[in-house]
Amino acid sequence: MDLIWEGLRKALELLLTLDSEVLRITWLSLQVSGAATLISLAIGLTLAVVVALNEFPGKRLVIALLNTGMGLPPVVVGLFVTVLLWRNGPLGSLGILYTPSAMILAQAIIASPIIAGISLAALQHLPQGLRLQILALGASRPQMVWLLLKEAKLPLLAAVMAGFGGVISEVGASIMVGGNIKGQTRVLTTATVMETGKGNFDVAIALSLVLLVLAFSVNAVLTHLQQRGRRP
Amino acid sequence: MNRSTYLRWGLALATALSSVFLAAAPPAEKILILATTTSTQDSGLLDDLVPRFEKQTGFTVKTIAVGSGQAIAMGKRGEADVLLVHSPEAEKALVTDGTGVNRRIVMHNDFILLGPAADPAGIAKHTAAESLQRIAAAKALFMSRGDNSGTHAMELKLWKAAGLAPDGQTWYQQTGQGMGQTLAIAAEKKAYTLSDRGTYLALQKKLGLPILHEGDPSLRNVYHVIEVNPVRFPKVNAAGARAFADFMVSKAVQARIKEFGIGLYGSPLFFPDAGTPE
Repeated sequence: MDLIWEGLRKALELLLTLDSEVLRITWLSLQVSGAATLISLAIGLTLAVVVALNEFPGKRLVIALLNTGMGLPPVVVGLFVTVLLWRNGPLGSLGILYTPSAMILAQAIIASPIIAGISLAALQHLPQGLRLQILALGASRPQMVWLLLKEAKLPLLAAVMAGFGGVISEVGASIMVGGNIKGQTRVLTTATVMETGKGNFDVAIALSLVLLVLAFSVNAVLTHLQQRGRRP
Repeated sequence: MNRSTYLRWGLALATALSSVFLAAAPPAEKILILATTTSTQDSGLLDDLVPRFEKQTGFTVKTIAVGSGQAIAMGKRGEADVLLVHSPEAEKALVTDGTGVNRRIVMHNDFILLGPAADPAGIAKHTAAESLQRIAAAKALFMSRGDNSGTHAMELKLWKAAGLAPDGQTWYQQTGQGMGQTLAIAAEKKAYTLSDRGTYLALQKKLGLPILHEGDPSLRNVYHVIEVNPVRFPKVNAAGARAFADFMVSKAVQARIKEFGIGLYGSPLFFPDAGTPE
């Protein structure tokens, strides 16, 4: 129990003194996971719209694959991305292994199926007749898609939150493709693992608390967007 | 909120986040990948030395701290430029097959056997081999790294020297994790374990695992720096690797290694060895 209080105290100390190292890794965590979530949003929404609005053979298989992808283990993604990005590997010429770009790539692979899967369920949950009704009112196809997305705003934002939650909290992929390099690719989760390894449990607890506060802040903003205009 | 406001917010967000890409990336020939063991990082030594090296030479070091086994495997594939490791047998094999060149001794400390203060197997005051035999005879819990690291390699060598094959026994457990985590687990489970002295000293206060055996000549823990052969792997940063290896054995760095840790832990974590025969 002492250790948890010690961690709390350390967290407050690191935050109040604006410890530059902690600020840097917090900001990098937000940047990497934020960028990965945005990319995943673009990929995931597109996939969800395409699958939801079209009938094609093997559709159920595609949906099953997307739903399986929601549970992609980060270490597996990390391993594959590392092997692809090795300088003697197929994508080695990019030279992005052990950079934030590689972490964004890996996290986007993790979050895209999460966002696609939940978005797809959200779109399929809309009343069947809605699409025809919108089109009958003279809307173009892009307008129809936009209106459907607006209609499904609540679960779509939930998809974004799930995607962001999945990547801000993962450590397996980030530590493999990023390397936890000080000042370059160290983020909150990888730093927590390292400090635990060093036996600096108070710092590790402090970093965890910073991570929780960060996740809460981002989700508070998203929840605000989600719930706006709804009566309590 | 209408569509254009969404767009505007989205763009602003994307701009803020994309600054991560714009952070001036150094040119490839200035990037150096150092594959090393967890002990050099967890003890804080590299946090002390790497910034000095970067400042002196202008290289950007990407320190990948993994077990010696993985570090050497990265060297074998040409995925690292320079190695700082402590697994002599595997290192010699690397040099023999021509992947590693210019292997030079940097420093040493030693391995120590730790265990619960009560010492249920009674290993204190015995040789390393006898200690392991007593642990096996008492079936006392032993935590192995089990991760192919330098420490794990040493531990396997010691079991072999003691004429024992503990793998598969219930009292012999593998953590598969770094030294720090393994020490924490051994402390929690009141188990025996083998550790390098550097990591132990850095963690000592939080552990409550006393040293039960030390000083046996077979427990010497030697760190070497090895450059990855650029002839075999053209993408290797040979100039950077040479610069880093030279830096590690330089007089100034050797002097720094000698005093590193005295302030924090009361004794040095590593002893400089550059230029001495193995």
